[in-house]
Amino acid sequence: MAVTSLKEYIGVARDRVENYGGKQIVYLSWDHHLLFAAPLMLCLPPATPFGEVLRGPLAALLQADPDAAALDWNEVEWLKDNQPFVPDPSLSLAGNGIGHKDQLRFRTPGRNTLLAAA
Amino acid sequence: MSTVFIALQANEETRPIIDAIEIDNPQAVVNRQPAMVKIDAPGRLVVRRETIEAQLGRAYDLQELQINLITLSGNVDEDEDTLTLSWNE
Amino acid sequence: MDMKATKKKLGMKERYRILTRDLGWEPGYQSKKAIFPYVEYEGIKVHDWDKWEDPFRLTMDAYWKYQAEKERKFYAIIDAHAQNNGHLNLTDARYLSALKIFLQAISPGEYAAHKGFARIGREFPGVGTQVACQMQAIDEIRHAQTQIHAMSNYNRYYDGFHAFADARDRIWYTSVARSFFDDAMSAGPFEFMIAIGFSFEYVLTNLLFVPFMSGAAYNGDMATVTFGFSAQSDEARHMTLGLECIKFMLEQDPDNLPIVQGWIDKWFWRGFRVLGLVSTMMDYMLPKRVMSWREAWEIYGVENGGALFRDLARYGIRPPKGWDDAEQAIDHMSHQFMLGLYQWSFGTAFHSWIPSDDDMAWLSAKYPDTFDRYYRPRWAHIKKLKAAGTPFKNYGLARLCQCCQLPCVFTEPGDPTLTCHRETVYKGEKYQFCSDGCKDIFEHEPEKYIQAWLPMPALFSELGGDVAAWMDWVSLRDGADNGDYDGSRDQRHFDEWRGLATSNL
Repeated sequence: MAVTSLKEYIGVARDRVENYGGKQIVYLSWDHHLLFAAPLMLCLPPATPFGEVLRGPLAALLQADPDAAALDWNEVEWLKDNQPFVPDPSLSLAGNGIGHKDQLRFRTPGRNTLLAAA
Repeated sequence: MSTVFIALQANEETRPIIDAIEIDNPQAVVNRQPAMVKIDAPGRLVVRRETIEAQLGRAYDLQELQINLITLSGNVDEDEDTLTLSWNE
Repeated sequence: MDMKATKKKLGMKERYRILTRDLGWEPGYQSKKAIFPYVEYEGIKVHDWDKWEDPFRLTMDAYWKYQAEKERKFYAIIDAHAQNNGHLNLTDARYLSALKIFLQAISPGEYAAHKGFARIGREFPGVGTQVACQMQAIDEIRHAQTQIHAMSNYNRYYDGFHAFADARDRIWYTSVARSFFDDAMSAGPFEFMIAIGFSFEYVLTNLLFVPFMSGAAYNGDMATVTFGFSAQSDEARHMTLGLECIKFMLEQDPDNLPIVQGWIDKWFWRGFRVLGLVSTMMDYMLPKRVMSWREAWEIYGVENGGALFRDLARYGIRPPKGWDDAEQAIDHMSHQFMLGLYQWSFGTAFHSWIPSDDDMAWLSAKYPDTFDRYYRPRWAHIKKLKAAGTPFKNYGLARLCQCCQLPCVFTEPGDPTLTCHRETVYKGEKYQFCSDGCKDIFEHEPEKYIQAWLPMPALFSELGGDVAAWMDWVSLRDGADNGDYDGSRDQRHFDEWRGLATSNL
């Protein structure tokens, strides 16, 4: 039963990709870097090259973290759907199979300035 | 044993009520906090009309408690003479 | 035979019977099913509605008498507050942030509860239940009105109060409370009762009203203490209604147990999330603090909730499924929220700030296992950024949870260094969650939650990501209502006026 109701009830998904004027939502977060209180949300055309997302809007948002300056995207480990993932920076979001409302996580083992005790 | 409690506003009307609760419930612990008084008791707490009336020097309807009550905990049983809070364990 | 002398006064039980049970009658020309169409579809079986009784045995005549008395007391104090510069007697104007959140998110919840109880008072067939729900419906609208009235005094002097109704409908953080009540109101009458009457009122409301209102007293806010305690005096009756209704459901039929348990699991978690911000109000926003969120949780969560669930164990009820996750979150949540509120303060109709050294010393004493280890280093870095002239603003909007609608600020159970990531796919769409609790709730009734209006995505789908247009739409005055308290107009005014009030210059 998809909802407790008097009769059959079908809902309408509110955040479908067609509501975003040709763009899509992507969530990004940097594991063990909680200066950013929650995963970051970006709204971008699916044709945006992945490398451009990293160098452009993501880099701007991450600046405040003391580890940001030393961030080397070639050494970063990625997760998508909480599973290991190897994106190609030259391909677009769509080309990398990154869909609407997907969550991407990246890890930088050994770099955790604000988590000295961990 | 689980604790039951009743919390009342700290004011002139509740002073004699709190005294009465202390008389009727020797095991109760009275915690005075800003603007409120919280009375904890192990398992059971009884509020008696007669004891309140003796402290107050006038007739008292137990339902008047509603005016200054802040919160309580436990199963409630009320009649004209008593209000009882208890947990079943 | 002698005439029996008429009894002078009816006893409480007799009076209650006459003024409730005798209001019920058997319908003649309509079926009960047609009159009460919503009472069966949730699966709760009731055999005898007369078994439900209000232990306070409050009848309408007594109700009006005592409520009138409460209103008289309330307005006497509100008048005194307005006549005696009550707005300057606060410990500090930082305190007002807690009130602004209360007015924008919680008072509208009182109004929603009013609508809900008015509706279920009509939908339940039992007369005792109908009367109690009717009283609660009237209480809840009284709470909304007295709260708005009390806080309107501050609107004359401080920012962030002027457009609470727009904030209620549109600003991002209020969608948390709104979706909570919408969820309850779009459920059947029994689930509504468990949601609001039991989980919210009995298990959680003490955490909101009791230490917080006591905190208001401590911080010189007479207006809030007054509406708080005036509302809370009704709360004991509401809690009792919630507890009696749950016992009634469990006693009526053994088949009701799994349904009731499922609702307790769901609504404990939803309530815990919606009241989560109270932790921040207590630990960070009260300049003078009565107790920490952790201490309040020990009293009203662990001790009182523990007693309640030990009592209900005789029916086969166990503590809510999310209880252990909640317990783990207690030492983290106020810090996680405040760090979020500070970095997103450009989008809030209240101020936040970096805790002072004294505040941090208090936090580390109250949270010895978590504050210094996890949260102090972040505050220290944020303080450094501010000192360098580059205050931290996080313009990366937050991922919101599809169920509770809070930003996903929570960490993995067992690892406070890692954000909790949970997702699911339903009918080809991806959905993100803050926790296992919220994901479980979604998966039980996905058709309900896929419709959620999530404010962050909506900024892009409806306003093309234009933050200035969004501020106009939510009536947020940039540079006045939002941002850091330090340097704000509220801070300037409070210091200036307090100076005028205490000197002759």
